[in-house]
Amino acid sequence: MELVLVILIDGLVYGLLLFMLSSGLTLIFSMMGVLNFAHASFYMLGAYFAYQISRYMGFWPGLILAPIIVGIAGAAIERFGLRKVHQYGHVPELIFTFGLALLIEEIVQFFWGKNQVPYDAPEVLQFALFSIGTNEIQAYKVFMIAISVLIFLCLLYVLTKTRVGMIIQAALSYPRTVEALGHNVPFIFMGVFGVGTALAGLAGVIAGPQLGTFPGMAFLLGSIVFVTIVIGGLGSLWGALVASLLIGWMTTFAASYNVAMADILMAVGFEMPEEMSEHALRDIWTLTLPQIGPILPYLLMVVILVFRPYGLFGKRDA
Amino acid sequence: MIKKTKLGMATALAFSLGASVAFADTVKIAFVDPLSGPFSPTGTNGYAEFQYAAEKLVNEQGGVLGGDMFEIVGFDNKMSPKESLIQVQVAIDQGIRYIAQGNSSGIAHAITDAVNKHNRRNPDDRVLFLNYAAVDPALTNDACNFWHFRFDANADIKMDALTDVMSEDENLKKVYVIGQDYSFGKSVAAAAVGNLEKKRPDVEIVGNELHPIGKVKDFTPYARKIVSSGADAVITGNWGADMVGLGKAIIDAGFDGPIYTYYAASNGITRTFGEQGTGHIYLVSEGAVNPPASDRTAAYVEGFEAKYPDHDITQPRIANTIEMLAKAINEAGTATDVVKVAQALEGMEHDSIWGGKLYMRPEDHQIIQNVDIQEHTSEGIQFFMDASDWGMKLVSEVEMAGMDSPTTCKMKRP
Repeated sequence: MELVLVILIDGLVYGLLLFMLSSGLTLIFSMMGVLNFAHASFYMLGAYFAYQISRYMGFWPGLILAPIIVGIAGAAIERFGLRKVHQYGHVPELIFTFGLALLIEEIVQFFWGKNQVPYDAPEVLQFALFSIGTNEIQAYKVFMIAISVLIFLCLLYVLTKTRVGMIIQAALSYPRTVEALGHNVPFIFMGVFGVGTALAGLAGVIAGPQLGTFPGMAFLLGSIVFVTIVIGGLGSLWGALVASLLIGWMTTFAASYNVAMADILMAVGFEMPEEMSEHALRDIWTLTLPQIGPILPYLLMVVILVFRPYGLFGKRDA
Repeated sequence: MIKKTKLGMATALAFSLGASVAFADTVKIAFVDPLSGPFSPTGTNGYAEFQYAAEKLVNEQGGVLGGDMFEIVGFDNKMSPKESLIQVQVAIDQGIRYIAQGNSSGIAHAITDAVNKHNRRNPDDRVLFLNYAAVDPALTNDACNFWHFRFDANADIKMDALTDVMSEDENLKKVYVIGQDYSFGKSVAAAAVGNLEKKRPDVEIVGNELHPIGKVKDFTPYARKIVSSGADAVITGNWGADMVGLGKAIIDAGFDGPIYTYYAASNGITRTFGEQGTGHIYLVSEGAVNPPASDRTAAYVEGFEAKYPDHDITQPRIANTIEMLAKAINEAGTATDVVKVAQALEGMEHDSIWGGKLYMRPEDHQIIQNVDIQEHTSEGIQFFMDASDWGMKLVSEVEMAGMDSPTTCKMKRP
């Protein structure tokens, strides 16, 4: 079926976007042992910075500059904020990132207002590359896929094949030993935090034109990113990738097919009640798949936590 | 504590003096809508429109009752029904007799109930509820009362007008209805399906679905379904980010028909759609300004854009509300005896500043006015929106829409 192919592509776009957010977060999470609540806010900052730059210099300089600015901001926040809070333990760190998320949202509203801003894909990519049946696939979507795959390959190479990557991996599991060997662990932490937020920023830059650039965009994506890294396993790049794609396809497929709960229940052998408006279970009978689609990732997370608490690819407990 | 006591004493004093003496020179109107939080763009825009209308249409013309000025007092209800009732009470305690509210029918239901109760218990201190935007049909049907006046066409009337225009299109074969999963989205869907089945039984409803409100991250799958269904037109009552997300995804997916909407204009939406929305986005509303109905209309809009460059005239009916209230006060000869003012409003006919006639139907207090179908375009636009190169242009007009629409309203009159 044609629609299946289209949905596979759409789900891939959404999944890879999630991956760019979750890959940075999963590194930061395993490094500090604390959820960075502000991670999606850096994603939003990326979109807004790129929008601002695109107004003066066009889309392409924004693609390069915005993630760099977000990364520097992230590194600075780690160096002068988070590191100072770190000594008081995990809870103050958590509260710090939570406050940061609120602060960034207010800052964005202060400078850019509460309305959606007209941040658009570059004109060279605003055409339908090909169509499957009557559905068109925009060139920009293919561009998004290309960027995300490129980022994944780069990350994989740096983390597994280079000296820097090996030190990072060592610092993640045995920070004291690495420090004793003469490496500057706080500097590594700052670097990972900066790169992680820059990745989130880049995700914002390329997702802004597709999903909309407005002050609620961070909140909308915030929780699903945590779900992704828990499912994938903390600190695992492969886990983040697999979980992102899984969630991307799952939610896209769920939203695409209007399977009614009544059909499933009747197929299993239940009988449809005649007086639906009076029936005690009418809410369940009238459900459709697109309605429950958004909660499916959370359901999957609960199942994973029950049967594999360290996630699909994780090596230690959450 | 001291402040509270003082306020209490002042209120008590005001009541003992009698409102007619204490507030002889200004007629205050409480504007109860979100002025902070995520919904504040709509609220502050309406607030600006009310202030401008009061200034331009009443105060600069010499006021009412031979010199009394209108004053709009803002009350932030934070988009919560509970907070709204508190703010309405504060307004009443300040001696204000006119409550204007519009955002969210849920809040309008709470206010109309509260006003009804208040007026029954305090016959010397009654207030009127001027509803300028809450479009749930129930407010002028089962839930109607004598103190509530609606200056916007309700959702059923708008859909009736929209489907009138849609059914003239011979090529229309398939329609997709999609909306947010809550009371308003459901009533839009029901009205769309009902009207189309009656007017064009040959048109097939190829999709009728609701999506979670404010929770959809990527509208692409919905857009794919719409394109695959072979729909010629889409109807949606979406607003805010859900409107932009859905609209952009549908157009990106290769849909080339019209998308009929209730709220796809201004507040950043027109600017965000930009070139992409041309030929796709249609709006059902009242008071189209491109082209302006008269020189007076043009001057009014120009003056507003000059005074509030960050806002647009998004709710033309606000000017109607203010003009009709002023007329009713003058006819009644009093601004404090709201029963007389309400009686003057009932059945009032008025020439709208936007062209066409206005008629406040006495049996349910639903205004009857021309409803316009407008198109998002950059050509032939005199007044742009969002300070962009696009605006809404009149495509067709249904005169006195819903004049004979039925109502179940049985109000008790004082």
